[in-house]
Amino acid sequence: MSKIEQMRDHLAALNPTHIDIIDESHLHAGHEGARSGGGHFKLHIVSPRFVGLNTLARHRVIYSALGEMMQHEIHALNIQALSPDQI
Amino acid sequence: MDIQEVIRQQVTSNPVVLYMKGTPQFPQCGFSSNAARILKAAGAGNFLAVNLLLNPEILEGIKVFANWPTIPLIFINGEFIGGSDIVTEMFQSGELQALLAKKD
Repeated sequence: MSKIEQMRDHLAALNPTHIDIIDESHLHAGHEGARSGGGHFKLHIVSPRFVGLNTLARHRVIYSALGEMMQHEIHALNIQALSPDQI
Repeated sequence: MDIQEVIRQQVTSNPVVLYMKGTPQFPQCGFSSNAARILKAAGAGNFLAVNLLLNPEILEGIKVFANWPTIPLIFINGEFIGGSDIVTEMFQSGELQALLAKKD
């Protein structure tokens, strides 16, 4: 399973109505963090779970769903997290 | 001193602290670079920038302290604000400038 598929699997727990993950690791090749093998990703996600949460809390929900993946597989994650009423 | 205590003192004795890779002048990561630029633009003045590449103990300790897996991390008035995306959003909405105007 690719990293993006694994991320989608983990994030399915948030019942997203929209999810888009872009691998931007190539933009960071050669950079210090990229050497550890962790990828750089951009995540756009819309989920009813975000209603009433500020951005910090939304990011925490996402990091928590990704769990262990944040330790090694994912080095950097650019997040745009919206609730369904924001789109 | 315990590393958690070192961090606690850093964030409580400085109104604005940025934990980053590299320095504001020579950032070693695009997200850290962005956070430093945003803080300056928002009027943070002389903030404390901690280079995590030179402080591996703080690098591990800060992830536990803030319960946050990625770098950079921004603290204002002792409170964890978030990472690069969050300060960018707060800068765009004006919330960051308002918070910095109230700093101790």
